Order: sequence, then C-alpha cells, then structure tokens
Amino acid sequence: MTDMTNKLTAKNVDVFYGEKQALKSVSIDIQDKNVTAFIGPSGCGKSTFLRCFNRMNDVIPSARVSGEIILDGVDINSDDIDPVLLRAQVGMVFQKPNPFPKSIYDNVSYGPRIHGLAAHKDDLDAIVEDSLKKAGLWAEVADRLQDQATGLSGGQQQRLCIARAIAVNPSVLLMDEPCSALDPIATAVIEDLIEGLKSRYSIIIVTHSMQQAARVSEKTAYFHLGKLVEFGDTKQIFTNPAHEQTEAYISGKIG
Amino acid sequence: MTNFAELSTEDRLKHLQGTLAKRHAKEKRLKTYGIIAITFAITFLVVLLTTVVSNGYTALQQTEMRLALDIPVEELVDENGTIDLKKSADFNWSGMLKKSLRKNFPEVKGMMDRRNLSDLLSANAGYELRQDLEKMGRIDRPSGYFWVKTSDDVDMLMKGRMSRDIPEDQRRLSNVQIGWVDQLVDQGAIRKVFNKSFFTKADSREPESAGILGAVVGSALALIVTVVFALPLAVMAAIYLEYFAKPGRVTDLIEVNINNLAAVPSIVFGLLGLAVFLGFFGMPRSAPLVGGMVLALMTLPTIIIATRASIRAVPSSIRDAALGIGASPMQAALDHVLPLAAPGILTGTIIGLAQALGETAPLIMIGMVAFIVDVPDGLTSPATALPVQIFIWSDSAERAFYERSSLAIVCLLLFLIVMNLTAVILRKKLERKW
Repeated sequence: MTDMTNKLTAKNVDVFYGEKQALKSVSIDIQDKNVTAFIGPSGCGKSTFLRCFNRMNDVIPSARVSGEIILDGVDINSDDIDPVLLRAQVGMVFQKPNPFPKSIYDNVSYGPRIHGLAAHKDDLDAIVEDSLKKAGLWAEVADRLQDQATGLSGGQQQRLCIARAIAVNPSVLLMDEPCSALDPIATAVIEDLIEGLKSRYSIIIVTHSMQQAARVSEKTAYFHLGKLVEFGDTKQIFTNPAHEQTEAYISGKIG
Repeated sequence: MTNFAELSTEDRLKHLQGTLAKRHAKEKRLKTYGIIAITFAITFLVVLLTTVVSNGYTALQQTEMRLALDIPVEELVDENGTIDLKKSADFNWSGMLKKSLRKNFPEVKGMMDRRNLSDLLSANAGYELRQDLEKMGRIDRPSGYFWVKTSDDVDMLMKGRMSRDIPEDQRRLSNVQIGWVDQLVDQGAIRKVFNKSFFTKADSREPESAGILGAVVGSALALIVTVVFALPLAVMAAIYLEYFAKPGRVTDLIEVNINNLAAVPSIVFGLLGLAVFLGFFGMPRSAPLVGGMVLALMTLPTIIIATRASIRAVPSSIRDAALGIGASPMQAALDHVLPLAAPGILTGTIIGLAQALGETAPLIMIGMVAFIVDVPDGLTSPATALPVQIFIWSDSAERAFYERSSLAIVCLLLFLIVMNLTAVILRKKLERKW
C-alpha cells in the first residue's frame, strides 16, 4: 500500500453490458473519510462505476466487469470475494428512496440481524437508535418506530435508507443520486447529513447537480462517454478545469 | 385528386365532416358486434345454469313411504336392552318392511305381484333402518309408524319425472304399481323430505342412497396433496428461474417447456401418473394421494407462471435495497420479494386449484373412477372426486342419477365460484401499491 489515505483504488476498470462498453479503462483513487463526487452527463457511466464498488453490477445478468478494484488492499473484483461480505463493508443509498414496506424499526434492524451484529434485542435497539441518530432521523421517528416506513415523507425515507445502510457499520458509503427524487429542503437536509457523516465514512456520491457536487465534495471526478475525463480537487475542477470537456460541462455548454 | 392544402377552410371542414360520419358508423358497428358477442355469451351461461339447476333441484328431496312396523325387540337386544349387533345382522329387516307393506294391500297375492309391490320400497330401506337403530343402540319405540325411502322409480314418479302417459312397457313402473302408489298417496303414506343422504353418503348403486360426501372428501384430500406438493415446488422453481438461473439456452428451453406444459391436455398427466406413480413406484390405485400428485403436476406450470409474474411485479428497488446491505440473494428473495409477491402467488394458486378441482380425465387414468361406497378416511384409501362422481352418475341408466348428477354439478360450480371469489377478494385485500 503506497498511500495509506487511499481507501479505494480502481485500476483499468472496464464494464460491458452485453456488447456495449459502458466504462472504458477507468482508474481512480478514493481517499478515506472524504466525499468524492462523480459528475457527468446522463449515460456517462458514473452510476455504473459506482455500482462496481459494491459489486451491484453482479445483479445484472448481462453486465461484465474487468479490472482491479482494491478496498483496503484487497481486490474486491476477484472471484473469491463474496459480494455479501463486501456489501457489509460498502453500503449503498439508491436514487429513489426504497425502504422495505415494513416498520421503521425493521428497516434499520434488518442489516444487523442478517449479519448477526447484535446478540440481544437490546443491542439491536441500540444499533437502530444510533443509526437513526447518525442519519438525523431519530428525533422525528423515535416515538413511532413500529410505523410503516412507506408512510414517511420522501426525504425522511431517504434518510431512513441512509440509516439502514450505516446500521451494518460500513466503511464506505455509496450514494447514487440520493437527492434526485427530493425537494430542495429535503435535499439540503441530506447534504448537511453528508457533511456530518464524512468524518466516519468514505463517501462517494453520484450527482446530476453540479452545485451539489461543489457543495458537498472534496474531490470531483468528471465522466464522459464511459471515460474518466478529469479527477481532482473539487475547487480546482470547478474554478480551473484542466480539460476542455469538463469546462464545457460545468459551464452548461454540454450535458 | 383533391388537393387538401388548397381547400378553403369551409371546404376542409365539410370534407372532415364527411369522413367523420363514416368513422362514427364504423365505431358504432364495432360496438354492436361487441354487445352481440357478450349477449350471446351471457345467454348461453344463463341457459346452462337454468338447465343444470332445473334438472338438479329436485334431487334435494327424497320420497319416503310410511310403514306401520312392529319390531320384535326381544329378537334383537341383549339382556341390557341394547341392540346386539350379531342378532341384528341375522335379522331380516328388509323382509319385515316388505311384510308391513303387504299388509296395506291384502288383495295382492301371487309371487310376481308381491315382488312388484316390494319394488316400491328402496332396496336399501331395510339396511338403512337397521343402521339408524344400531347407531342409537336401543329401540325405544318398537311399534308405530316409520318412514322409509321408496325406490328411485317411485321417487321419479312423485317428482313428475316419470310420465304416466307413455306406454306401460316403456315405463319402469307398471300401471298396477302406479295404482298402488296412488293408493299410498291417498292414505297420506307418501311424503317428500330433504334428501339428507345426498350430502352425508358416498356412492351407491341405489340412487336414493347415493351421495356426494365421499367424492367431496376425495376431492378435498386430493387438493390438499396438490397444494402441499405444487405450491413449494412452484414457488422455488419460479424464484430460481427469476433470480438464479443463468440466462442461456437451457434456461430458455426450460421456460418454453413450462409454458407449454400449461397447455398439455390433462389426460396426458393422468397417463404419466399411471406410468410413474402406479407403475414405477407402485403406489395405491384410486388413492387421493396419487390423484393429488397428478393434479399437482398439472397445476405446477400455472402456479409457476403466476408466481413469476407476481415476483416481477415487485419493484426491483426492493431487492436492490436488500442486496445493497448485504443480504444474500436467497435472503433478499425470501425476506422481501416473496412476502410482497404473496397475494399474487396466492391467487394464482387458488385459480390453479380451481382448475384441478374440475379435472376428471387424469383421475380416471389413475383409477379414481372406481365405485366406492365409503367416505375415504385417509390419503391412501380408495376414493373418487366430485367431477368423476358426476361422470359416473351421468353414465348410469337410472333416471334418478340424472337429477343427482345435475345437483352434483351445481355443488361443483358452487365450490368453484367460492374459490374464485376467494381469489378475487384476497387480491383486492392484499394488493399493495408502491
């Protein structure tokens, strides 16, 4: 390991959907306890790349991933890595809030339960409370944990999904456009939350909104047509992009 | 050719109105076709139902005859006053009834006439009286009037299903016999009561003692076996095909074959059951266990297809969510997808079972068409099923079986309606919206 602050390293990652190549030889270093934003026009491969980090592309039968993705010194893309174990270390929050149609409590406790992270009901209760607090939802739902999760508002549902993801105590949190289905107020709440969470997790966030990337991230990667065009400090990318394409995108000429 | 671009606004409008009339006419025509088709279908349904019901409702009643009996108690009971089964078996119950009937008609002499008179009684009347008394254990009222079943011919005559106008030699009751019946009616010794036997007994050679209970129990046992075998297998198969099978030629082949299996004639499944379950495994003939297994084979594709459809209807985001926090594919399927797909699976299963309930052909192949007089008491005891019972009765010569098979059809239809209604209600109730 050359750089101890690198949490994740991707080397020459290619992704194919059937015949179509969605990602072309992408290499990147993701730092620990930091927010990295992936931006780029629709279909540029940023979500596909995000799904490489917890092997969610395995679910798509036609998808094929090659290259190395190293998490804490281990190539997670190798065959002897169990994606189930990997996903306990790399949590994910999806584009549309997708709580299970069960109670709030069951949503958060499901992960710890299947991974056997709580020996007693008390431990489980503690994990649920802690996760909901970290996700900034505890105050709103503390007195109705047994209510249906689908009855929450969109923003609350998304924070519940964050709580559900951090309940298994991952070290990396992947967020796939977590605010695209939310109104500006709910978005602001989530962004604040990300700010608070980055002290504990490496966060990778895919976003359509360049303002959001500028607000929440330290590092930004710009993708275009399956290629990583530019990667660097967010400030530098937005003020002084090295690449012409990046400049065209962030100034609204393409996208 | 008209150049539409050059037409004035007024002419354009005129032209459009011209085509409009034509379009409306076409629409009207299609609507009429639809209404005709629906009317046709409903008419047939109404005709079918009225025919079955009007043929069958009379089977709800059974004609009985009043006889004055004087039961010789001392010949039947032991010292405690309870009926001795051995003595009872030796006693000529039937003879006692016949004797009593003859007392009503002292003028009847000669072997042939006496036998003709006895034919007015049900052949089972003596046996059924004996059974009733043996069940009670003691004879509290040895003498007095007793009501016993008449023969099915008298039953038909009383229900107006045997015409007095047709020539005597084409009738099952002679003029003399009809005269005797009329005498009994005048004496008030004939009555019609609710046909309890129809709902409490199994098959019999005598229509007046035949019932559907044996067949209903046989059907129920077979359906239980069907659910137990078909539901878990089908759900597992559907989950495997939806989530675990690697796409490719083999999977495609399996898929095509499952869809084809749903269309295979049911008698083929019967043949398969005969060859495999009876022939190869040597399982008992006529048993609801085997019948249920054959029906399970037949229902499998239906449930698999329904399950896959309802699994697909569950948003993939739910499964993604489960996988995303590290649930194994099986956990995601069992913990999250399956509960959400359950209403669809349930309704699919009920529909498949309703289909299985009405199935006759495969059961005939494995011997559930046998003549069975006992209500089955287990999965391996010989049994028949409701549709098969209808088939057997409709094949019988006696006019009385005709009305009984009609009533059995009504019962079968009621069962089917109840099952389908349950499916609809469950779907309505459990349906979830995202």
